[in-house]
Amino acid sequence: MTLDPVILSRLQFVWVVAWHILLPAFTVGLASYIAFVEALHLATRRPIYLRVSNFWIRIFSVAFGMGVVSGIVMPFQFGTNWSRFSLATANVLSPLLAYEGLVAFFLESAFLGVLLFGRKLVPPWAHFVAALMVALGTLFSTFWILATNSWMQTPAGYSLVDGRFYPQDWLAIIFNPSFPYRLFHTVVGFYISTGFVVMSVGAWLIRDRRFAEEGRFMLSSTLWLLLVLVPVQMELGDLHGLNTREYQPAKLAAIEARWDTGTRVPLTLFAIPDQEHATNRFAIEVPLLGSLILTHDLNGEVKGLKDWPREDWPPVIVPFFAFRIMVGVGLLMLAIVVAANLMRRGGQLFARRGLLRALEWSAPLGFIAVLAGWTTTEVGRQPWTVYGLLRTADSVSPSLTGWNVLLSLLGYILAYLIIFPAGWVVMSRFVRRGPEAAPTVEPIESGRPQAPVREPPALSSGEGAA
Amino acid sequence: MAESAVIDFVPVWTLILGAGVFLYVLLDGFDLGVGILFGLIPDAPSRNLAINSVAPVWDGNETWLILGAMGLFAAFPVAFAIIIPAVYFPVAVMLLALIFRGVAFEFRFRDAPHRTFWDYGFAYGSLLATFAQGIVLGAFIQGFRTEGYAFTGSSLDCFTPFSIVTGICLVFGYALLGAGWLVLKTEGALQAWARQHGRRAFLGVCAAVLLVSIWTPVMEPDIARRWFSWPNILLLAPVPIVTLVIAWATWEALGRTTSHWGPFTGAIGLFAMSYLGIAISLWPMIVPHRFTLWQAASAPATQAFLLVGALVLLPIILMYTGWSYWVFRGKVRADIGYH
Repeated sequence: MTLDPVILSRLQFVWVVAWHILLPAFTVGLASYIAFVEALHLATRRPIYLRVSNFWIRIFSVAFGMGVVSGIVMPFQFGTNWSRFSLATANVLSPLLAYEGLVAFFLESAFLGVLLFGRKLVPPWAHFVAALMVALGTLFSTFWILATNSWMQTPAGYSLVDGRFYPQDWLAIIFNPSFPYRLFHTVVGFYISTGFVVMSVGAWLIRDRRFAEEGRFMLSSTLWLLLVLVPVQMELGDLHGLNTREYQPAKLAAIEARWDTGTRVPLTLFAIPDQEHATNRFAIEVPLLGSLILTHDLNGEVKGLKDWPREDWPPVIVPFFAFRIMVGVGLLMLAIVVAANLMRRGGQLFARRGLLRALEWSAPLGFIAVLAGWTTTEVGRQPWTVYGLLRTADSVSPSLTGWNVLLSLLGYILAYLIIFPAGWVVMSRFVRRGPEAAPTVEPIESGRPQAPVREPPALSSGEGAA
Repeated sequence: MAESAVIDFVPVWTLILGAGVFLYVLLDGFDLGVGILFGLIPDAPSRNLAINSVAPVWDGNETWLILGAMGLFAAFPVAFAIIIPAVYFPVAVMLLALIFRGVAFEFRFRDAPHRTFWDYGFAYGSLLATFAQGIVLGAFIQGFRTEGYAFTGSSLDCFTPFSIVTGICLVFGYALLGAGWLVLKTEGALQAWARQHGRRAFLGVCAAVLLVSIWTPVMEPDIARRWFSWPNILLLAPVPIVTLVIAWATWEALGRTTSHWGPFTGAIGLFAMSYLGIAISLWPMIVPHRFTLWQAASAPATQAFLLVGALVLLPIILMYTGWSYWVFRGKVRADIGYH
């Protein structure tokens, strides 16, 4: 068996990004939630908001630190494994990625320290501003990363000279056709992922009884939020789908396992797509629904993969199932959120231990949906790195052999299997300790300052955490 | 694009990237150096003190590595696309090592049952990351097999006797910086220990720098010509002379118990001179023997677009970084602020 450096490089990228994406999926939403709770505290000065905010800041610091450490790996992947992609796209994509780094570094150094260590050193409004700026910083990072990713999906604003892309119009590059849809769909997805975690922890705190008041606040606030966000996300997903149909019809055909172009097409609920024979086995279909959902018209036309040469087909089975997992999880989340909100009537929400337990178990749902959605869009982009213009097979570093990549991949697998469970253990410990009024241990994060540093009483301006 | 092509952005980006990489080497250099020395420190309280002396600043230091990589990608993509795949394994080892040492800062406190494991992760992670960076440096000086804009050699090309020597060289160099930092930030027994090990690292640095300084011109006739042809030999004579003076001062400061800043400043000086020496040897190439800075540069429109943000944000980042060092100035002590 020969080892293929392209497949292995893709696997390596999948491995390091899949783990890394869990952290922004959590910290982007959590930063905003912390800012929200800080705002409540600023407005009402009720100490419960302070305890809840401090509790989540402690957990945020660990997740953020791990995000920084695992994030360093990412820019190097472009060089080590995808040097031909890097060379071809650098003129267009490098400033977007560099701006992400600059903005993140700027906000990190300027405001994270205040958020983590400045509680006693700055007035409440300044602490709220710091929380708001950190939340904005995570959103800016998301903005630049998704602008880059979207440009790979729907390139615009460039000229192509001798196999390299050159910028023609920065606004067109950044706000490329799929970017707004991807940005909102992803951010809302991150918010929902965080919402389910906060809700789950809130449910556990209620059952645990030590911090039931804080738990009720967390559960109640996130349930209202999710009641809005989950349906909004479905609408955004629908819009994103229409955008995909327009700009990446082959991806849509793969998602739907549609081989032949047709009008009044059915919706395939389940099937085993057989790429070799270009057909579906064991298909369960609903007539007409495919056209209705995908085109918002019963007579709408949906392209089939046979319209494209085979070498341009994405692998069908992965996006087909990943998409169904995402939608399935989304429907499950909707059911949970609606059911839990209905239970508010008559005060059953906080009293039913079975319900609380179910909410606890729903914590990973958002992450599953994020990973499934990411898999759908990235595998559906294949066989291209820049859609329709640069093939994945032509993007990899020419010097790499299969065993080179296998060796590094094994290294990353081993490292992440140690680091991420360890980080999980540390964060779980913070959760179990609960939102104590005076934490026995000061906030610490591997990220910025002071793993070991206590709040420095001897220093007048300890927010210099950075 | 037409207008911006009139202005040559390459010099300013060379300056930004050159300063950024040097800043990274100094900043992460001293905290990696503390990590290298960490495993040799005999007692646990001193080890805690040593790690506390870099805990508030290490990850800010490391962020310059990301900015450096992104800067190279953005300003000189041809160099990025050739150099980074050519040093595939050193980069992978460096990243894995940095991950372990990075999380060790936190996990050795948060995950006390496995502290020994994380302590090893911190020490060996620092050592390996440094050695890997030294290999990158050596391979970079030697140059790469290329075809067009692509590296066409093997992923093992970067492991040469020369690059292994530069790897060892950098380990001693960072250890010297780390020892200088510990002399600056600690007192008493740990400071004395740091002085002693600083001198050992210093001797290692001297031997390694001497070896590299002789080896490089022997290996690369172009570099020999640059340094030893007339009148360059006269114009460049200050470089080795100043280096010798700084070296003497560093050695002396390591031995003088009243000098707190001396060893660290001296180590910075030695790094600055070595950096200058490499720059003189290679100028104006960014991929030695193959591509100049100008040939490897990205489109002027790209350099211009990023320059706007860099000129606004970098000074703020630098000011804030400086301020945070100011906040954490003074000796690290077990009783106040740190534990």
